[in-house]
Amino acid sequence: MGYTQELLELIKQVEKTRPERVARKKAGEEFPALTLDQRKDRLEKYHPDYRAGGLRELTVGPSKGYALAKEIADQFEARSRVDPERINLDEVHYETDVLIIGGGGAGTAAALMAQEKGARVIIATKLRHGDANTMMAEGGIQAATKGWKDSPYYHYLDVLGGGHFENDPELVQTMVTEAPKVIGWLEKLGCMFNKWEDGKLFTLHGAGTCRKRMHYAGDLTGAEIMRTLRDEARNRIKDIGVLEFAPAVELLLDDKGNCSGAVLYNLETEEYFLVKAKAVVMATGGCGRLHIQGFMTTNHYGATGDGLVIGYRMGVGVRFLHATQYHPTGAVFPEQAEGLLITEKVRGAGANLVNIEGEQFVFEREPRDIESASIIRECTKIGNGIPIPGQAGKFGIWLDSPMIDMLEGEGTVEKEFPAKFILFKRYGIDISKQPMLIYPTLHYQNGGLEYQPDCSTNVPGFFVAGEVGGGVHGANRLMGNSLLDVTVFGRVAGNTAGEFIKGRGEIGKLNVDHVAKYHKELEDAEIVTDRVSPMVLPDYMTAEVKKRQWTTTYVGTVR
Amino acid sequence: MDTVATQQSSLVSQAPDLAERTDLVPIFIMGKKYDVPSTFTIQKAIEFAGYQLIRGCGCRGGICGACATVYRKPGSAKIYVGLACQTVVEPNMYLTMVPFFPANRAVYDLEEIKPDAQALMKAYPELAKCMGCNTCTKSCPMDIPVMEYISAALRGDVEKAAELSMSCVMCGICASRCPAELGQYNIAILCRRLTGRHLRPRAGHVQDMIERIESGRYEDMLSGLINADLQTLRKLYVEREMEPHTGDEMWEPQEKQFL
Repeated sequence: MGYTQELLELIKQVEKTRPERVARKKAGEEFPALTLDQRKDRLEKYHPDYRAGGLRELTVGPSKGYALAKEIADQFEARSRVDPERINLDEVHYETDVLIIGGGGAGTAAALMAQEKGARVIIATKLRHGDANTMMAEGGIQAATKGWKDSPYYHYLDVLGGGHFENDPELVQTMVTEAPKVIGWLEKLGCMFNKWEDGKLFTLHGAGTCRKRMHYAGDLTGAEIMRTLRDEARNRIKDIGVLEFAPAVELLLDDKGNCSGAVLYNLETEEYFLVKAKAVVMATGGCGRLHIQGFMTTNHYGATGDGLVIGYRMGVGVRFLHATQYHPTGAVFPEQAEGLLITEKVRGAGANLVNIEGEQFVFEREPRDIESASIIRECTKIGNGIPIPGQAGKFGIWLDSPMIDMLEGEGTVEKEFPAKFILFKRYGIDISKQPMLIYPTLHYQNGGLEYQPDCSTNVPGFFVAGEVGGGVHGANRLMGNSLLDVTVFGRVAGNTAGEFIKGRGEIGKLNVDHVAKYHKELEDAEIVTDRVSPMVLPDYMTAEVKKRQWTTTYVGTVR
Repeated sequence: MDTVATQQSSLVSQAPDLAERTDLVPIFIMGKKYDVPSTFTIQKAIEFAGYQLIRGCGCRGGICGACATVYRKPGSAKIYVGLACQTVVEPNMYLTMVPFFPANRAVYDLEEIKPDAQALMKAYPELAKCMGCNTCTKSCPMDIPVMEYISAALRGDVEKAAELSMSCVMCGICASRCPAELGQYNIAILCRRLTGRHLRPRAGHVQDMIERIESGRYEDMLSGLINADLQTLRKLYVEREMEPHTGDEMWEPQEKQFL
């Protein structure tokens, strides 16, 4: 266990340059950041989004002609998991005011707010309530809460610069002005943020921030927020029902064109059933498990972009799905930790990125896309990556975490990053003494379904919140703005949906005509495929096993 | 025809040479033998064996608590525990996942409930049944001193219980092993929420900022930015003043008109 002999040798190089790098940091001297023009050049040459053949134009649906990641296009250009003819629309199994699809941060926040508006709520979620990327967010949540040095004005500028000025300005305005309210709300719900004795919250820099506005709870900020929201939803069990292992596979419309519920799939019994609702909030999160361009991912098991697919099929357009976020620092060693997220807070706390020679090659607080492109460049073009033992042709870069103890005092790494410290310790690596080996990993879906600042969409009764929506982050999200996105827009969606149901009349006759229409469009576009979507769960079976699965049709008892 | 087989090739190629690996070791999944790569986590090994996980798999990163697993090794009576996504396989281990275990959960109003021993005992009377056997601590995959936080809760030291249980992933192994039938992790989250809500002072600066926003102070500034052209935005972005990394918490910028 621990580092191999070759790696231990290479670490000596990092140790050699460390004292000088620490001294520079202490003196306030940073590695020069790239100019906006240099950033553009770096992205175009080295970011995976710009790789030839990575994107494909959609041939069907509301965003026909838009080029996005081909793995997502494959999901869009596929047939429904169910034959729309077979859905019995007269047999409704659940009726509620607001149906929320997705049990992560956005969905749960929406449930709480809708309930406070007097709505009865059902959360339908594919895995367990709370199994979501929200749970995994480590670093923190941004909000301009310190009026003596920060304001929504600066937060807005940072968000736009990170997103290459392409963001939807009104969504950003909503996010940055709602941000401090969210922090106050979470505090009131009992989230244990790190704070001083007087109650003042700890805040740190994130990449691309001009002020320290990253609030955090150790290195498990997302988990702390998620489990708190979930716990509160459980206190409201009378009004908030949760259906687990029940992913939505299609949406329902009524004869007036209002979204009116969904078709859910019981993952265990393989039955489908219908939920009729006066409003639907889509909060299914992202799609990292589609493994865009074959990248490893930090995303949770259920992140297969289901909401994108069924929202798109119903007629809601998409944007910014050409831009995928690769987190600069995914673990690549040891093998069992591969793809695991190493929070940006490690760099926020001062750890450099260094190459095989122990040299810095990039400022450690560039926005994520720039940082990732720079790491890829260092490992490919420059050839200064660290070869990963046992994985020919794969390289990594050192994330010099021991600097943090030297900068902030012995024990800081263990105190500030307890989860990662314990984990690596188990693998025989002490990250307060030894650097970590990292490489960019597929992390976030920057884009998604189109929605308005009140979370409404072009389909009445259909609302969008969190990672499944696109626009607020432009082409690149900054650290700490995803926990913020899910809580801000989750709350907004819950409020809007809670109001919407009051003005909505009786639900008309249910239909899934849009599915049949979409199938027709596929045929007209001459797309011949046996693919069905949404994917629901990724398939990690080996080719060897598949070769021996000889069942051709699934009839009878054994599947 | 474009087929699923081609669609999925990118997923399978995640580990292209799996079948040719020479470092296979035997493990027993619910008693049945499979040969799996020696460096794999239990989770990857189960998938390598051919299982499609539905339950027992969530974040795959050691924080969601979906994949609690218990195992034994041959020739020993000891019960080991771990999260399947974090624990590397060992030759001849025999294991089962515990993807769900029921536990009592109280419904409470956080605004009303007091952060003391009485309130905890009322919500979870089974607390009194703890016999101090320490099985919970020994069975925690996150190395949390579970029994210590339960003792703290019994004493009414809610804050201590909160701090000790901070890295709890609520996987439920403690509850599955407890002879006194406690649902420790539900008691722990109550302690943490009580601490966050009632025992730690609120951040005054957050309330100040909310008041500033509600007074409309930033509306013109933000609409100025929304209506600015790209060139202006780029200039404002590039020239914005950076708070120094090692600066004091009470650092103040030169430019104050946008605060």
